[in-house]
Amino acid sequence: MSVLSPVIAIVMTLILGAVLFTALGVNPAQALYVYFVEPVTQLWSLEELVVKAAPLALIAIGLALCYRANVWNIGAEGQFTAGAIFGSAIPILLPDWDSWMVLPLMLILGVIGGMLYAAIPAILKNRFGANEILTSLMLSYIALLVLDWLVRGPWRDPGSFNFPQSVTFSDAATLPLLVSDGRLHVGVLFAVLAALIAAIRLSFSVQGFAIEVAGNAPRAARFSGFSQKRITLSVFLISGGLAGLAGICEVSGVLNQLRPEISPGYGFAAIIVAFLGRLNPLAILLAALLLALSYIGGEGAQAELAVSSTVTRLFQGFLLLMILGCDTLIAYKIRLVTSRSHASGEAARG
Amino acid sequence: MRSILMVTVAAAALAMGATGSFAADKLKVGFVYVGPHNDGGFSERHDIGRQDVEKAFGDKVETNYVESVAEGPDAERVIERLARQGDKLIFTTSFGFMDATLNTAKRFPNVKFEHATGFKTAKNMGVYNARFYEGRYVAGVIAGKMTKTNVIGYLGSFPIPEVVQGIDAFTMGARSVNPNVKTKVVWVNTWFDPGKEADGAKALFDQGIDVLMQHTDSPAPLQVAAQRGGFGFGEANDMIKFAPKNQLSAVIDNWGPYYVKATQSVLDGTWKSEAVWGGFDSGMVQMAPFTNMPDDVAKVAQETVDKIKSHQLNPFAGPIKKQDGSVAVAEGQTLSDKDLTGLNWYVEGVEGDLPK
Repeated sequence: MSVLSPVIAIVMTLILGAVLFTALGVNPAQALYVYFVEPVTQLWSLEELVVKAAPLALIAIGLALCYRANVWNIGAEGQFTAGAIFGSAIPILLPDWDSWMVLPLMLILGVIGGMLYAAIPAILKNRFGANEILTSLMLSYIALLVLDWLVRGPWRDPGSFNFPQSVTFSDAATLPLLVSDGRLHVGVLFAVLAALIAAIRLSFSVQGFAIEVAGNAPRAARFSGFSQKRITLSVFLISGGLAGLAGICEVSGVLNQLRPEISPGYGFAAIIVAFLGRLNPLAILLAALLLALSYIGGEGAQAELAVSSTVTRLFQGFLLLMILGCDTLIAYKIRLVTSRSHASGEAARG
Repeated sequence: MRSILMVTVAAAALAMGATGSFAADKLKVGFVYVGPHNDGGFSERHDIGRQDVEKAFGDKVETNYVESVAEGPDAERVIERLARQGDKLIFTTSFGFMDATLNTAKRFPNVKFEHATGFKTAKNMGVYNARFYEGRYVAGVIAGKMTKTNVIGYLGSFPIPEVVQGIDAFTMGARSVNPNVKTKVVWVNTWFDPGKEADGAKALFDQGIDVLMQHTDSPAPLQVAAQRGGFGFGEANDMIKFAPKNQLSAVIDNWGPYYVKATQSVLDGTWKSEAVWGGFDSGMVQMAPFTNMPDDVAKVAQETVDKIKSHQLNPFAGPIKKQDGSVAVAEGQTLSDKDLTGLNWYVEGVEGDLPK
């Protein structure tokens, strides 16, 4: 039944979507075609699909490790931003450095930036018991404001008429494209690689086992000698590093400069992706593609069918609600509890 | 399973002939908005311009738009989509779309691109902007006449040249009729965030201002002015319905005439990449009706509009003194467009430091 769950969810979304579009006076078959099929029938939109999905998948894989270990990292947006800032330091501060070393160094700095930024909530939790949901979330806003300050202040392109943006990166600091045209950069390979490594390590390594146990049975983890603090720190570092990598890839591969806004909320959307993929690294790849499809299909629906962006987001909401709802309703049964049946239940148990 | 379903949907859609066919001889014109098309302000004014294009050309053109497009990695994809679906003229209507527009323009040499408020151009990419500071100068004249405390407020979004032009023009307008006026500035670092905008406006009224000029997009600051019994101005759109007793006027963005002209030139095959900066004279900037003020103030305001329109008056003509009293523009000189596009200093009468 749970294997069929996504299928049921999608069928229900299609039906609901058809009702929604009919009510709006749009041909439902055409709407669903533009939404779900057209993006995968053209090469450029397939590429765009992958470009959009890659950062979501990279971040979500790291978050899945956290959530499996019962560690609630909500601050991937900040770690993404920190990675982008650290990695961009090279092309912005040394614009003329033209060497093969530039890109690898940028990527490494991006990972380090994300890890350092993720270490803050991990250490606060381990040392002081601070709630990581709050600290990681609030640190996100700090990172966004630091980025804002940098691109309006010290890192602003002097030739930009005071407009807030950095210099454009040199070719040496730009991730190469996988195909000659378009925006498909080699950074997307990292997402696939990360998913494979995470899947293997989760299933076959002690560390992966420790994460599982810590999440499902913290007491059992303690008895087995796994340190909860070490696990907290390590999942935070891994997810921060992956988010940082996503950040520098997005800046170097897609935007080619730092700007006040470098992410349309990837760090938060990735939380949805992680749960949509049921915290499974390989399924997360598919989930990221599905979410990307719903964004790109939504833009197509706006441009070609003249439906408003609110409708496309409503439809995206249907899709997510149905998928998560089906999962829950398959695992749990809804039972109306009246005081009488409650009492008899108690009696039966006693 | 998932893919089988999608194929089924595809087949159904194809069977119903829903792949969409468009008449080939229509010119397709695309628009990209940063906010909702009915946001009551900035994006709505662009959408009204789009409707003007539809009205002017009827069957000869077809327009489409994508709204609420985030400035960042998504923008380029949206612009490319419009180019790929056959739009031959594309307006990207927010500063943050500049590089995304430029990248797309390079890949689609046969499509014309028009970017609002930026500065980068290409052979097939022009830029257009309006001299909003002309309207803000007029607002300053009104504020200078209406203030009782001689302290007026300016709610700034971001410290970029366009906003600094507004602050300086507003202050010079006010001091042209009331030399004792001082302008206080609060920055909120957002274009659209009703909560933050309202907080910024409250902070200004707490500091003793009684007339507020806003350079952010929501009606929230104007509503704060109404609550505090002060006066305010609408932004981009006539916002009189939000403060019927407290809006003095509004600086209205009017893009329709420009959009119609650009569309006509593409139809005629005469389109050229240009950097257009129009003011009252081009119709790009208009004032909302002068309301809630004595007749003599409204008369002075209208005279100021007429003088700017006929180029008798240039808000940035000398003598202009900087905040510290040093001469920025000598008598008989006028600040050039090049200096204006990089403006980063306050004129005399503005309080506080410009964030650098």
